Amino acid sequence: MPQVIQFLWLIPAFPLLAAGLGALLGRERRRLAASLAIGGMALSWLFSCAAFWTTLGAPGLRETWSFRWFDLADTTVQLGWVLDPLAAVMLMMVTFLSLLIFIYSLGYMAHDGNFTRFFCFMSLFGAAMLGIVIANSLLLLFICWELVGLSSYLLIGFWYEKPAAAAAAKKAFITTRVGDIGLLLGMLWLYSQSGTLLFYDHGGGCLEQSSLARLLAGVTVGGMAVSTAISLLIFSGAMGKSGQFPLHVWLPDAMEGPTPVSALIHAATMVAAGVFLVARVFPLMSAGSHPTALQVVTWVGALTAVFAAAIAVAQNDIKRIIAYSTISQLGYMMMGLGVGGVAVGMFHLITHAFFKSLLFLGAGSVIHGCHGEQDIRKMGGLKKLMPWTFATYAAGMMALCGVPLFFSGFWSKDEILRAARDWPFSAAPFYLGVAGAFLTAFYMTRQVCWVFFGKPADSKDSHAPAHESPAVMTIPLAILAVLAVLAGFLGTPAWPWFQSYLNGENSPLTFTALFARPQLNLMLLSTMVVGVALSLGWRIYSRVAEQSSRETDPLEKSLPAVFRLLQNKFFIDEIYAATVVRLNAAFSSCADWLDRVIWGGAVNAVSGLTDLLARINRAIDELGINAGFDLGCGGLRGTGSLLSWMQNGRVQRYLRVAGLAFSLALLALLWMCA
Amino acid sequence: MNPNLSHYLILSALLFSIGFAGAVARRSAILVLLGIELMLNAANLNFIAFWRYGANPQALTGVMFVLFSIAIAAAEAAVGLALIIAIYRQRRTTRLDSIDSLKG
Amino acid sequence: MLNEIAFYLAAAMTLAFALAAMTLRHLVHCALCAAAAFAGLAVIYLQLHAEFVGFAQLMVYVGAIAILIVFAVLLTRGEEIRPDSNQSSPSWMTGVAVAILVLGGITIPVFTSPSLQRLPPAAAVAPVKIIGQELMTRYVLPLELVGVLLTAALLGAVVIAMREESEVKRQIRPPAPERAEPEEATSLR
Repeated sequence: MPQVIQFLWLIPAFPLLAAGLGALLGRERRRLAASLAIGGMALSWLFSCAAFWTTLGAPGLRETWSFRWFDLADTTVQLGWVLDPLAAVMLMMVTFLSLLIFIYSLGYMAHDGNFTRFFCFMSLFGAAMLGIVIANSLLLLFICWELVGLSSYLLIGFWYEKPAAAAAAKKAFITTRVGDIGLLLGMLWLYSQSGTLLFYDHGGGCLEQSSLARLLAGVTVGGMAVSTAISLLIFSGAMGKSGQFPLHVWLPDAMEGPTPVSALIHAATMVAAGVFLVARVFPLMSAGSHPTALQVVTWVGALTAVFAAAIAVAQNDIKRIIAYSTISQLGYMMMGLGVGGVAVGMFHLITHAFFKSLLFLGAGSVIHGCHGEQDIRKMGGLKKLMPWTFATYAAGMMALCGVPLFFSGFWSKDEILRAARDWPFSAAPFYLGVAGAFLTAFYMTRQVCWVFFGKPADSKDSHAPAHESPAVMTIPLAILAVLAVLAGFLGTPAWPWFQSYLNGENSPLTFTALFARPQLNLMLLSTMVVGVALSLGWRIYSRVAEQSSRETDPLEKSLPAVFRLLQNKFFIDEIYAATVVRLNAAFSSCADWLDRVIWGGAVNAVSGLTDLLARINRAIDELGINAGFDLGCGGLRGTGSLLSWMQNGRVQRYLRVAGLAFSLALLALLWMCA
Repeated sequence: MNPNLSHYLILSALLFSIGFAGAVARRSAILVLLGIELMLNAANLNFIAFWRYGANPQALTGVMFVLFSIAIAAAEAAVGLALIIAIYRQRRTTRLDSIDSLKG
Repeated sequence: MLNEIAFYLAAAMTLAFALAAMTLRHLVHCALCAAAAFAGLAVIYLQLHAEFVGFAQLMVYVGAIAILIVFAVLLTRGEEIRPDSNQSSPSWMTGVAVAILVLGGITIPVFTSPSLQRLPPAAAVAPVKIIGQELMTRYVLPLELVGVLLTAALLGAVVIAMREESEVKRQIRPPAPERAEPEEATSLR
């Protein structure tokens, strides 16, 4: 149905409308605000289903709809949206997850006073994210990209009275901004080289053949092809948003926001936007015979995966562990994109979205049940007190670790490892990936042991014992858990539906592909890795879980230096604070000095000059003109009084004067004529 | 020697200056008026002298002038004396020194 | 010969009486001397063959103006009680100096101009008939104007010198007790 493409804009429009209306509501209209948000997102979901259905019917479909926004001299600014399998599958995931998380937030944010503001911001975020997904125009993509960043800022700093939350929001915004500069530069370069803002435009778009040929031909600094340079710049934006090293520092701090925010934004959607961006401009990134950009992407992803997983081993905040896990898994996705292409990376993105948001929501449920406690050292024994939460959390954890066969993470991670193993340039990413898988299973086991197993920890303050969360929170958990299991089956080697769908091919169901040698070896390897990690973790931590006090981590006892390094996140934040932040502060104090002393001084000098002129003017006026005038008047008065002395009122004096004057005049006349 | 024009002119000049001296040097207002009359008379004499020794005595210009001059002098004397009397009634004096209200 | 003597005599008399009129202390003496000076002038007019003017001078000046002055002197005699009433003003020497200067200014041209020394051509006659004719033809406008002027002067003199009603009452009644200052202080404004 070609008409669907015309109504594609409604998908982000509904949440945007909900956000706009929600902004007008007061704090008391909670039910209305929630209904607006949930209703808007539900409508979006229905439309996304329709769009998805359209793409299912026509494999390899790519429909675009562009329109002219305005003209600027002789350039035209165009906006537009595209519907292809990539967009369709993202639409489904984003709308569905948003819907579930909105419903979850009904329960989680029930006691918060800023309920309506929360839903307004969440709808705004949803609208912006969906805008990124369907964007066909560089400009629209950038607008929605920035809006997503804005919504993230607003939501991280939702409890703005907390200084930590405000600082975290600022940090997130500024760090992603650093990446966004590269994105903007890359986009501008792309626009100037290709001459069009649209990705796909019936052959004239900037990701299509003619434009790519031109970009490949151009050579820039360092002998790089122009397409490589642009790809790297765009990737820097993706690095910021997806928390790749070194721009990852904002993600853990972003946990200051409410848990639904963490689940939606920092697990499933916004951080996935970076991965999605790379997938979207993949034709550009993979152009040419030796795509350097993709190599960079792979290395960055692989390093990030291991780096973050290592840090997660030594963290004690339940949400922070999951945050570092997210960074690690995003690294995996990037690696997958680099080694295996769009399908590999996107598959992991989809499965990760489900189980990571499940983990976050479960963590939220745990925090809710423990009355706000977030330190895992102070939890324990929740298996019996919160059974639903435990079951769903366990499902998510096993999906994340990649427990074989029944959990989606296994299949998606295996795809990545398979592609990495087959990568022609280097085998290191593969080994890094395996190491990362090991660490993932290890720290997740640690977390689950300490949170759910063992005896409940002593709590100094008298809280009531932990309780299960209400149904409005556990039902979404259950749905997600089911999906965390089922989603994996969409991309198994036996039936690679997902990959074929994205690539526009048909996908046969072949069980024998599972038992092909390389495939089987890989599956066995990953199973072994997971198994070893799980058992190791269980051995170390379940014993500790039995004890009441967990002051020191067993790892800390055995490897204190390494543990301290990991716990302090490799001191990256401190390094940044000492270098970049200090440099920035120096610049700003320099600029401040310049502004205050030089420009301000110049302005003050001008004003001082004007003041001086005014004073001189006044002096001239008072001393010169006034005094001169007064002097003149005084002179006149003096002369007047002098002359008036002559007028003594006596006529004889007048007569004398007249006679005198007459005779003098006469004599003068005589003398002149003589 | 026979009186000629210059004698009459000198006479009238002397008369004029006597009248002028009296007008400016005496204190009483009436005497000032008297001096003015003398000055007028001197001028009349001048006119007649010039008529007599002038170029065209037939025109009678000098005589006419003097006649009118006498008439006007009379009118002026009358008014002036009336003024003096009026002032005297207010100020009880004819001393010109004390009549200086128009002092500047 | 006789002409000369008559002239010098009349001239001397006129000057003498004029001088006396300007310098005497008593006002009435001054007035009478002035009348004599006017008469002397009339004689000189007669000498100059301006008979009508001479008689007119006698009638008007001596007969009217001098008398008028005498009347005025008599009417303003309130201050004769004080002995120094008719003295010259304190700065009379300046006035005399100015008068001498004026004299110089007027006489020097007479002395320095040669054309003034001339004898009369033919005898000049000024018959009254011709004067009358002139008055009615050439000088009729000035005549009328002088007539108006005289009328105005007459009326004006009467009005100015007339006593007002309040003044009459003030003269009859004694002045009010609160008015302590003498009448000299009342302003003419």
